[in-house]
Amino acid sequence: MIYKANIRPAWVVLLMMMLCLLAFTMIKTSDNSSPVNKKIQAEQETSPQVDLTKFKNAEENEKCFKCHGQSKYTYENPDSKKIVNKRMYGELVMNRDVFYVSNHREFKCIDCHSEDYGTFPHAGNLRMEAIATCIDCHGGDEKYAKFEFEKIDTAFLASVHSVKHNQDFTCWMCHDAHTYKINARSNEILKETITYDNLICLNCHGDLKNYQLLTDKAKPNILKKHEWLPNQASHFTNVRCIECHARNEDTLVVAHHVVSKSQAVRKCESCHSKNSILYASLYKYQVSEKIQKEGIIKGLLMGESTSIGPDKSNTLNIISLTIFGLTILVIIIHAILRIKK
Amino acid sequence: MNHQTERLYLYPVWIRIWHMTNALLCLILIITGLSIQFSNPTTVVKFNAAVTVHNLAGIILTISYGLFFLGNLFTPNGSHYVISVKGFIMRLKKQFYYYTIGIFKKENAPFPINEDGKFNPLQQVTYVVLMYGFVPFVIISGWGLLYPEMTVYSVFGISGLDLTDLLHITAGFGISIIMCVHIYFCTIGKNPTSNFKSMINGYHESH
Repeated sequence: MIYKANIRPAWVVLLMMMLCLLAFTMIKTSDNSSPVNKKIQAEQETSPQVDLTKFKNAEENEKCFKCHGQSKYTYENPDSKKIVNKRMYGELVMNRDVFYVSNHREFKCIDCHSEDYGTFPHAGNLRMEAIATCIDCHGGDEKYAKFEFEKIDTAFLASVHSVKHNQDFTCWMCHDAHTYKINARSNEILKETITYDNLICLNCHGDLKNYQLLTDKAKPNILKKHEWLPNQASHFTNVRCIECHARNEDTLVVAHHVVSKSQAVRKCESCHSKNSILYASLYKYQVSEKIQKEGIIKGLLMGESTSIGPDKSNTLNIISLTIFGLTILVIIIHAILRIKK
Repeated sequence: MNHQTERLYLYPVWIRIWHMTNALLCLILIITGLSIQFSNPTTVVKFNAAVTVHNLAGIILTISYGLFFLGNLFTPNGSHYVISVKGFIMRLKKQFYYYTIGIFKKENAPFPINEDGKFNPLQQVTYVVLMYGFVPFVIISGWGLLYPEMTVYSVFGISGLDLTDLLHITAGFGISIIMCVHIYFCTIGKNPTSNFKSMINGYHESH
């Protein structure tokens, strides 16, 4: 007598699927979020207060922050001897906490601004003070050679931003020297870099107030303009705007040659293919950095997803092609032998 | 010797409809899947078209698999997927011997198809692995790729999305191989086309 198990595989699979669903829900609940969200959560939980004693120029800078560090400032009118409370013009308010984590945190305010700002009220002619651009300090400096500031400057000058708006559009529009913090090269979390870079674009393209600083045009509706993009939310959180809207250069981690919308990438295959443009710049940099640190296997596997679709592994292709080829070969031999016998 | 053809009604309408739908969907999914995997500007099926068709076919496959799953839970068809543990290895060996040696000596099939058992032991184990292993796996991982934000972000430090992608492709590849072998084995019947006809009219012909 043949023994028959009286449990159908379908019931077993149903039970396993329910267990998997339970496990997935538990993992999802405990994992809760990506490293980006975790970091934000951690930052919210810890106080962002900066320890000013760590910075050698903090005391000197505090003379400026006393007024420029918040939205209101106080001074004594020398004639009436009255204490006056005034609102600081928004653009002149500098956040200490942000400044002291920025790249220029070790600087004195007067390293870039005139020493005459030490006197209050500030002299009227100080308004004419020229504002330095990135290349003024970083250009031709061996220490910063790897960042290729000259290349960035050339790319920027050819960009639609510079060509269209000329002098009105400087480095400062995207990189405020008081708050700028290097990200693409230093941050190991790809998604965080993507969010950071996209927020720079959205600062104007997603905010009418800033957008109309340079144009009278109505702010384009980004979601509507990108309606054609499948899985829009996923693209927005996993790809930088500049991947499609700027001409990528291999050695520049952040492309600066922003092109007009008619020249933007619209073909899926531009990214979802073996010669994906995503494998240039940031993604290439991230992978090569990870390979250097973790070795080839870990570097390739431990990285974050760049694009679903294009085959990434030649080894896997060879293995699968061999298995497929052998299967077909066995089938052909079997068929021939059947016919012959 | 008198070769009398015996006709057995083994494949009810729902199984035939499901089987044809499944075959068509698998074919579409393999073609579009390969187009996505090896996408480049010269691919015949363009990436966006391939993705749309692949997603749509995947959704229909989920429904179709759900119906198959329920059908196998609540109709007698499910009993064909129940593997009798006792002596199974021996029966598997017998079937393997038949496919590799016996068939060329014109020996009779060790487990001829009848109403109680429409699958031989080798078919049984393959179909269980396929229908209760690879297919649910490819469907779940497929939904994970359709809604990447739902996918676990990382598993032991490995990108969850990349891992899902890899597992989806592996399961899809497994299904493709089984499909090739399945189509070839279907030519082993009364004549090379009889098994294909069975899936149209529902009758299995044996001699």
